[in-house]
Amino acid sequence: MSLQLRVNRKIIPVDAAPDTPLLWVLREHLGLKGPKFGCGVGACGACTVIINGIATRSCITPASAAVGADVTTIEGLSADGTHPLQQAWQQLDVPQCGYCQAGQIMSAAALLQHTPHPTDEQINDAMDGNLCRCGTYARIREAIHKAAAAANSTQSGSSAFHKPAAT
Amino acid sequence: MQFTRRHFLKIGAVAGGGLAIALYDLPWSDIRPFAEVYAAGGLSPHAFVHVHPDNTVTIMSKDPEIGQGIRTSLPMIIADELDVDWSQVHVVQADLDQAIYGPQFAGGSMATPINWEPMNMVGATGRRLMILAAARRWGIPADSCTTSGGHVYDKAGNRSFTYGELAADCAKLPVPDASSISLKKPSEYRIIGEFTPGVDNPAITTGKPLFGIDVTVPGMLYAVVQKCPVFGGTVKHANLDAIRRMSGVRDAFVIAGDQHTNNPAIEPGIAVVADTWWQAQAARLSLNVDWDTTAASPTAPEQSTESFNQKAAELLPQQPSYNLRSYGDLESAFRAPSTRVIEADYAYPFLAHATLEPQNTAARYQDGKLEIWTNSQAPAGGRGQVAKTLGISESDITVHMIRAGGGFGRRLRNEYMVEAAWISRAVKAPVHVLWSREDDFTHDSYRPAGWHHLKAGIDAHGRLTAYSQHLVTFGDGKSVESSAGIGPNEFPAGRVPNYQIGYSTMPLFLRTGPLRAPGSNAYAFVGQSFLDEVAHAAGRDPVDFQLELLANTYDGGGDRYYLPERLADVLRQVAEESGWRKRKSGNGQGWGIAAYACHLGFCAQVAHVSVDSQNRVRVHETWSVTDVGSQIVNPSAARAQVEGATIEGMGHTFVAVTLKNGTAHPTNFPNYPLPRMHQTPKMNISFRITEYSPTGLGEPALPPIIPAITNAIFAATGKRIRTLPLTHSGFSLA
Repeated sequence: MSLQLRVNRKIIPVDAAPDTPLLWVLREHLGLKGPKFGCGVGACGACTVIINGIATRSCITPASAAVGADVTTIEGLSADGTHPLQQAWQQLDVPQCGYCQAGQIMSAAALLQHTPHPTDEQINDAMDGNLCRCGTYARIREAIHKAAAAANSTQSGSSAFHKPAAT
Repeated sequence: MQFTRRHFLKIGAVAGGGLAIALYDLPWSDIRPFAEVYAAGGLSPHAFVHVHPDNTVTIMSKDPEIGQGIRTSLPMIIADELDVDWSQVHVVQADLDQAIYGPQFAGGSMATPINWEPMNMVGATGRRLMILAAARRWGIPADSCTTSGGHVYDKAGNRSFTYGELAADCAKLPVPDASSISLKKPSEYRIIGEFTPGVDNPAITTGKPLFGIDVTVPGMLYAVVQKCPVFGGTVKHANLDAIRRMSGVRDAFVIAGDQHTNNPAIEPGIAVVADTWWQAQAARLSLNVDWDTTAASPTAPEQSTESFNQKAAELLPQQPSYNLRSYGDLESAFRAPSTRVIEADYAYPFLAHATLEPQNTAARYQDGKLEIWTNSQAPAGGRGQVAKTLGISESDITVHMIRAGGGFGRRLRNEYMVEAAWISRAVKAPVHVLWSREDDFTHDSYRPAGWHHLKAGIDAHGRLTAYSQHLVTFGDGKSVESSAGIGPNEFPAGRVPNYQIGYSTMPLFLRTGPLRAPGSNAYAFVGQSFLDEVAHAAGRDPVDFQLELLANTYDGGGDRYYLPERLADVLRQVAEESGWRKRKSGNGQGWGIAAYACHLGFCAQVAHVSVDSQNRVRVHETWSVTDVGSQIVNPSAARAQVEGATIEGMGHTFVAVTLKNGTAHPTNFPNYPLPRMHQTPKMNISFRITEYSPTGLGEPALPPIIPAITNAIFAATGKRIRTLPLTHSGFSLA
């Protein structure tokens, strides 16, 4: 059965059962290995992608629910790893094992899109669904602040952050 | 006792291996090459360093990367001694080949102590080769040459070569004798000691395929293995025909496995193989299996945390079945009229590793040869296990080491590697085995639960005169399950005039294993909480009380790696940095302190907590001081290890795996509440630089944070935490 998905600004037909979780369509059908499998129940956030501007757990989202929506994965956040969040993550050496970090960055990108200058409290609220087993939280928070400041110094408002293309 | 670098490593070559075996259950085959390689005269720079004509340098990373940053820090050491710029360096992961690279495993905070001097020597030998090649070309003595930034310079003139220009000459030179190699002085380091982001950061932050789970091989199928909810249970019957007809399924079959629970080569279960992992997983959810739950042990279905609690309560007041160390006259000391006796029971639960990347491995069996892509922490042990189980030669197995999404000791076990190899051979295709989170929680090798009875005597001056400890643990008679034993020298052994430590066992069918700082992560909680309790009973400050003990030596002291002055120094320093003496606990605010030595490192931690009227605990701030010797290789990764250990230790106060009717609970993260971002305290992290050879940081900072937190809760509320998790005492983490 074929589904039409719009992933990272490309329309792609997928031959998968409609109830297949979006995570496994992305990983196994489209070869996008950035979103990670951690729990399968939406409890760890490793699979986080952005759907129509909202951070979404792709492991509990049926692929059929993403039809007609804009899906952005870590691979589509920037062409070359130069998104302010990606830069801040690299410079502050946020990752330890790194497995959760694509999901963390996608949750942070959704946050900054709506809240370009978040407080610690707002960051905690937005990021609490993303588990980091290695305990990199302090650096994640610092990196989000750094990215927010960097985006502010180069561009006004939230335009530096992810914005879904018009459907 | 102080070690020079060479002296320490000479000891480490023998005793370090012994340590690793004792603590981490690593097969000797993982350690032996270390001794052999050094006996044969060191490692060749040609294996580790490849200098290209354009003067870029490829450095091989020898060990498994599990998040400890080893893929960055070991190449940093080589690059600095080679005397190239870090920007010239490209790091490539080595395959498993211990004859070339020495021991290749991730465990026990051993990578730095094992590799520090060898990696220095590899780099410095490479630099020496460059100098010899340049000197020969110029026809001048070697000592007329110097190096910098990947160039050799003629000290007398204005001429130079890039390393790239000399690489071909170097390849023809014999490896110079180790005695002709001189190492840099620490003041000459330009890469070691600098904040260096991980070499994989660009790939991690852009979602490139990098982890074990991301490996694909042409023609590869995916497999799940359904195992019995009761560990080691076997399959009597299952609806395999129905499963084989499901969408995408290629095969479904029973793996007979074996029932040796402590380290089975391959666990019994049902393999479901499909075109995609999701198809295999969806099919497996339709399995109906009739299990023989008594296959591993006739009592397995009755075993539970509750029954262990009852049995432990019977054993604890009795004398230990096995004595580990005793000296002095304990009974007289306890009976003396001036002695005040304090007794307490402590307990802690089973814990899961819960690496965020579930267990997985890809394997391709073809024409009697195996190729394996794995994120194992002990790939050599895994290769041995695969060879034995499949009945093939180790030399027919190639192992590629892939970055792991966390390790924490879980991946020292290799059953997923055996599963992948077994299933690939059975279905005659490359196979990627991937466990679900539920598989991972219910078939872990758990941190063993434990129960302790402690007894202390204090004299009229508030000094500790006698100390006894009885551990009730799991085992069969004298032998204990993996990571379930305690050593004879547990603190305050050798620091108190009268001492006894021993243990008793009860049988367990479940598999246990090392979890980050094995043993220490439990014994620090027990010992440092009880010591805090005794200090308070004696009306003494816990820091003064502990420093007094650390200044004592009785019955020869502790083991030779336990250097009390190093522990005393980090304790003093953390007290100073945290303002310990000025802190006023009470009214829901508390400061707690603890210190512990393990894995050749010495760490003290202070925690500041608040407890609200609903008994919700918030850890606001921590201070740590760690002594891991003379040199921090990568300050970023070093701090990260302490940050991670602190957060993980916080988690240990609040999570538990419980056994009910032979089955482990929970089965996923919602009921295993590991710390989240809002619970992250402000962490003040210091390293105390000492003269000792550099040692590892994966583990030493974890054990003391747990009692620092529970002691702080006592300071805030007056309620002593003697059982983990905190929920047992009515507390929760806010």
